[in-house]
Parts: sequence; structure tokens; C-alpha cells
Amino acid sequence: MARMATTRRVAISTAAAWLFGFLIFFPILWMGLASFKTELEAFAVPPSFLFFHWTMENYATVQERSDYLHHAMNSIIIAGGSTLIALLIAIPAAWSMAFSPTKRTKDVLLWMLSTKMMPPVGVLVPIYLIYKSFGLLDSRIGLVFILCLGNLPIVIWMLFTYFKEIPRDILEAARMDGATIGRELIYVLTPMAIPGLASTLLLNLILAWNEAFWTLNLSTSSAAPLTTFIASYSSPEGLFWAKLSAASTLAIAPILVLGWFSQKQLVRGLTFGAVK
Amino acid sequence: MATRQTQFLARSLLTPAVGLLFIWMIVPLALTIYFSTLHYSLLDPGSESFVGLENFRYFLTDPAFLASLQNTLVLVGSVLALTILLGIPLALLMDQPVIGRNFVRLMVIAPFFVMPTVSALVWKNLLMHPVSGLFAWLTSLFGLTPIDWFNDVPLLAVILIVTWQWLPFATLILLTALQSLDEEQKEAAEMDGASAVSTFIYVTLPHLARPITVVILIETIFLLTVFAEIFVTTGGGPGLQTTNIAFLIYSQALIQFDVGSASAGGLVAVVIANVVAFFLVRIVGRNLEA
Repeated sequence: MARMATTRRVAISTAAAWLFGFLIFFPILWMGLASFKTELEAFAVPPSFLFFHWTMENYATVQERSDYLHHAMNSIIIAGGSTLIALLIAIPAAWSMAFSPTKRTKDVLLWMLSTKMMPPVGVLVPIYLIYKSFGLLDSRIGLVFILCLGNLPIVIWMLFTYFKEIPRDILEAARMDGATIGRELIYVLTPMAIPGLASTLLLNLILAWNEAFWTLNLSTSSAAPLTTFIASYSSPEGLFWAKLSAASTLAIAPILVLGWFSQKQLVRGLTFGAVK
Repeated sequence: MATRQTQFLARSLLTPAVGLLFIWMIVPLALTIYFSTLHYSLLDPGSESFVGLENFRYFLTDPAFLASLQNTLVLVGSVLALTILLGIPLALLMDQPVIGRNFVRLMVIAPFFVMPTVSALVWKNLLMHPVSGLFAWLTSLFGLTPIDWFNDVPLLAVILIVTWQWLPFATLILLTALQSLDEEQKEAAEMDGASAVSTFIYVTLPHLARPITVVILIETIFLLTVFAEIFVTTGGGPGLQTTNIAFLIYSQALIQFDVGSASAGGLVAVVIANVVAFFLVRIVGRNLEA
């Protein structure tokens, strides 16, 4: 009897979970389907779900008409560049706070966190004017710089919580064995830090890729990453659903894959270690 | 000797990060404060003059400010309520023995990774379009008149889009917390004859109190500055119906080019965010000691 009840329970919860999961995922699926329709079919009432004329033409048009690859490249450079620079600055800082903490370390960490809470719109005016006078508007370097600073607190925090978990006994053992600081870094600490570094890198790539306040306000065309490029489809004359869907699918596909790999770290990174 | 050397090394490793963040925080903020006391319009260059608190008076008494403050509160409050009220049952469901749970989790988490401009445009056109959207077709199947989302209930439309983006975050955090709940504790409650409902109220819910607080605070920080979703769907309209504080400041700065007033607004936004940040920093700080 008990066995029966359990099987039934599993069946019900499985069915319910799949149903709700599917509903939540549906808009993305629907967009993916629309990207393979012709413009007429994408707009058709009643909509066709699977039995339409599948075509790849939208993907080709998006590249031809609007140089999709150029904007994708901007996204890669801006997200990748800002993340790498943030890591370069954050690794030593997190390292020093995790391994030689002082009584002020906690305050420094919390202060860094509080800089992340400043609403970007609060400093939009000065940043815009500074960028304008230095010719940084619509430049990749300008966006790399601002996204790097914006994400730096999260990077430092994530690295700090990972480094904190490396057992200090191992360090001391290595020192006893006469390892120099250089050897200690390369042979002992780096291998233990790599998983934490990788997840930090991944999460911040995602955040930078999807950032849509500074990219929308500070870029228009030549430096525009995919967020800004997709926004250009919002104008009434640019309303082509199938092409919008094709461009959107391309824009989110790589990050969706990365995101699925980094679910666990996402919780940790975005809650600053408050929920693990 | 060695310790002093280590300390020096530690400090010099920390300096670049602290210095950069300090400049990043201080310089723009100081400029915002400075601009907020000026009559300064980009359309009228050379006319900058000191006006004291005039910009604040102008910004705070502008009917647009009250409207956008109200919209901000409704947006933040509704999205918080929806993500938590839907997130708890969803997390509980996914914590059950579910076949293919990892795959379900992938589907649930996916919207969080979609860039805001894509989510907003896909919802606005493919789903919420009053004629050709999927929702219009579904409502007509039931013989009802389709809703013209962005004309009749624009703020609700924005709320639904933003809820879709943040529901995965709330669910994932609550699920992570549920999975750390001691299975034995629940079993003990069941052995003592507690019903599923009272187990939920007396065991599970108290355990979720902290993650729920964290979700509320973190979502609030991001929701206070929702921008892209409004920018690509409604442009703040019709009228001021979907203008939140972030969008109001943006339009004063980059559409009306009123630097002084936008700066005053920016400071108001900073103050509001800091009230929330105060509580979050305390919670995270308490966790740091544990």
C-alpha cells in the first residue's frame, strides 16, 4: 500500500513539475520556433505550432541586413574584457582578504558590497557627461571599463567566499616543507582555487553579457553589443517577428548554455554567500 | 619581520581594488551632488548657475515624480509578492521526488539568463500583441475579447514580464535552501503525527525565513532600477503609466537634457536604494561572522 502511494506521489509531482517547468520555459521555446517561420507565419492567427514551413532564411537575413556578427563580437569583447580585467584586479584583493585578514577586512568587504547597491541611474548624468567629453560614448573600451567596475564587487565577493574555503592547514604544511611563496601559489593554491575562479568567471560573463542599463545608454551603433542591437527591433518600423526571434535566439543561446552550467554558483554569487 | 612583510604584501594586493571602487563611488556621486545644485541644461550651454536646492524642489514637486514613485512601488511590490508567492510552491514541488528533476530545473531557471531586451520584446510582440499574440489567440479560444496589454494595463504587462525574469531566481534560492533542510527534522515532525500542513508551517517556513529575506532584499535592489524592459516596450507610457523613477531620471537627463534636475532625481534614487542596502548589508554581515 505504502509503495503504491509513493509511486502515485512521484507520478503526480513529476507531472506537475514538468507542466510548470514547461510553462515557464515556453516563451523561449515559442521564440525559438518563430525564428524558423516566415514573417507571415510568425504573425498568423491561429498560430501554427510545429506544422509550418521551416526556414533558415531569417538567420541569413539578420546577418546580411544588420551585421549580426559585428554586434556579437562587441558583446564578446565587452563581456569577456570586463570580466577578465575584473578578475585581474579582484584575485589579489580577495586573496589578501581571505589569507591575511585584518580586523578591518569585514568592513572593507561590506563597503565593497555597498558600492554595488548604488543605483546606476544615480550616476548616469556624470558618467554620460564624462564619457561625452572624453569621446568614450559608443566605444567598446568605455563599456568594458564601466561593466568591469560595476561587477567588481561581486567578483571580489565570490572569490573571497571560495578562497575562504581553502583549508589553511595545507598552506602551512607547504610552508613547513620549505615552499616559497611562488611555489606555494603555483603548486598548492592555484589547483584548489580553479573551480572557484571558473565559476566566478562564468557568472560574471553572464551578468556582463545581459547588462542592459549602461549598454543601452552608452552605446548606439559601432560599439553596440547584442542588448542594444536587439533593442533596435523595438521601433515600429523594425517590427519583424521572425527576424527578431532569430536575432534573439542567437543572442541568448550561448549564455543559456553557460548559465545552465553555473546554476549552483549563481545562487552563491548573487546572494553574496548568504545562501549556499 | 615575516609578518610585517606579509602584511605589507597583503595591503598592496588589496589597494588597486579598493582604490578603483573608491574612485568609482566617490567621483560620479560627488559630480551628481554638484550638478544637482546647478541650473544646467545641455540644450542651453553656458548658462550654468548655482540654484541651491531648487532642482530638488522642482523634482520632488513635479507630478511626474509622484506618479513614477507610485509606479516604482507598485512594480517592486507586485514582482516581489508574485515571485515569492509563486516561488515557494514551485520550490516545494521541485523538492519532491520528481523524475528528471535536473531537466525541469533547467527549464525553470532559463528565463533568468535571457537578456532583458529579448524578454521584453518577445513578451510584448509574440505573446502580448492584441491581434497576433499567443495570449490573444488563447483568450479568443474561450470566446473572450483579447486584452490590449500595453494600452489597457501597461504597468501590469511590465510587471508580468519582470516577474517572469525573476521567478527563477526566487525559486532557485528557495530550492537551494529547502535542500539544505534536514530531512530528519521533517521526518521527526511526521512521526510525531504532524500533518503536511503543520510541518510546512512550523518546520519548513521558519527555515525559509532567511532565504526569503535575502530574496526580497536582492530583488528589491535590482527591481528599483528596472530600465531596459520599460525602455523597449512602453518608453514610460502611455502618458506616465509605466514611468518608474529610473526611467524618469533617464528621460530628464538624455531626452530633456536637464542635467540639474536629473541629478537631483539621481540622488533621490540613491537615497531610496541606500535604505534597502542598509538592511541587506546588515544581514550579509551577520552571516560573515557565522
